[in-house]
Amino acid sequence: MNPIWAHILTLVLVLLVMVTIAAGLIYVERRMLAVWQDRLGPNRVGPFGLLQVMADMIKIFFKEDWIPKFADKRVFVLAPMIVMISILMTFAVIPFTPLISVVNLNIGLLFFLAMSSLGAYSIVLAGWASNNKYSLLGAIRGSAQMLSYEVFMGLSLMGVVVMAGSFNLHDIVMAQNKVWYFIPQIVGFVVFFIAGIAETHRLPFDIPEAESELVAGYHSEYSGMKFGMFFVGEYLGITLISALIVTLYFGGWRGPHFLPPVIWFLIKMFVFILIFILMRASLPRPRYDQLMSYGWKILLPLSLLNLLITGACVLYFK
Amino acid sequence: MNVIFYIASIIAILATIMVITGRNAIHSLLFLIVSLLAIGVVFFTLGAPFMAALEVIIYAGAIMVLFVFVIMMLNLGKAYEKMEESWFSYKAWLGPGILCIILLGELIYVFTVTKGSGRQLTVISPQEVGMTLFGPYILGVELAAMLLMTGIIGAYHIGRRKQKEYHRLLQKEEEPA
Repeated sequence: MNPIWAHILTLVLVLLVMVTIAAGLIYVERRMLAVWQDRLGPNRVGPFGLLQVMADMIKIFFKEDWIPKFADKRVFVLAPMIVMISILMTFAVIPFTPLISVVNLNIGLLFFLAMSSLGAYSIVLAGWASNNKYSLLGAIRGSAQMLSYEVFMGLSLMGVVVMAGSFNLHDIVMAQNKVWYFIPQIVGFVVFFIAGIAETHRLPFDIPEAESELVAGYHSEYSGMKFGMFFVGEYLGITLISALIVTLYFGGWRGPHFLPPVIWFLIKMFVFILIFILMRASLPRPRYDQLMSYGWKILLPLSLLNLLITGACVLYFK
Repeated sequence: MNVIFYIASIIAILATIMVITGRNAIHSLLFLIVSLLAIGVVFFTLGAPFMAALEVIIYAGAIMVLFVFVIMMLNLGKAYEKMEESWFSYKAWLGPGILCIILLGELIYVFTVTKGSGRQLTVISPQEVGMTLFGPYILGVELAAMLLMTGIIGAYHIGRRKQKEYHRLLQKEEEPA
């Protein structure tokens, strides 16, 4: 097959699979939450309630897509696009298998950090354009949270970069042929995981959209498909962070040979997605100042220390 | 890569013009972000992927968010847009505009007359950037680090919580009557 067509095929395939997984997670999350909270969950639509996603999607498509009269229309429409685009772009650098990956970029990890920092705009702009005090408060909280957690996220990843000697995600997976990085980089892994939850603003760090205080935070004014984009964007974020954890710390597509690499990747990814959902089911929301001081006073020194020790060890044993 | 370079640079120039002529502060900032992203692409096509990534992470991703943050807090309304419109009169921009066009003409003339030495594209890897920064340019890195440290200490000093002062009514209450 023509290499260009193969490339485009990979691209479309990755896009479709990821968006489908993200949409499916809406059902998975509701069912799993129900299991952990000893309820039944959605089980009426189709076998095991599997068609619930379809029903939700149809409902959301047919809702009135209302833009408030007092909103800044152009920015209001732009904001939900940014979240989808910035997250979907990042999937381009993730190596799902040695062969299935959209681009083999030598600055892959930096590309992820760049895209995740652009993702902060969607919250800020959505909150500002809505012209509503709850939205604005959510946006302020959200942007402060994302800006500060990006710092430790970047720093915690640097330990992996130092060990692998490359920003390229393919090289990082290749470098884990002896030992998966979550063993030597356990501190970096924990910090990255916590920062990842904060970046996707999931519970327990869903303070930007804390529904008991701020209506729905930055997306209070959104309805119809624009709300749907924020909603699916959140699940895409979970999928992305899980895929990155697998790539960086758990050997990517590596695994025993009885299963193909892509299956290994998906299995590991789903384990982390389920942990994300379990966190939501079990942990309470911290206060805002607790979140900030926890980040700056504990995670930042920890990730700096981790980087220092990793660098020293790599130099010593080289 | 050449075509991508030209497209990105045209986008950068157009977006920058929109930044200057825009009346709404947030819309101008959005164009500035677009311009920074386009410059990132320019860096990438010129063989500096590390610079491109840093441009997006630091300028477009971190600094501009703070700008948006501040403007969001100022909450400028329609009145401000009117004011901006009155400032942006012909008298204000015609003179500097003509001078700039003359300069641009000269620049284009110089570029067309002098033949370039031929672009030799070498892709610079992140490792090389690091080696250079912490090799010959270590002094600059140290100075920048000191400057940032002073900035942090200064910001901490300004933002530090003041010593608790009681309200005058409360003070009176505490005193024995």
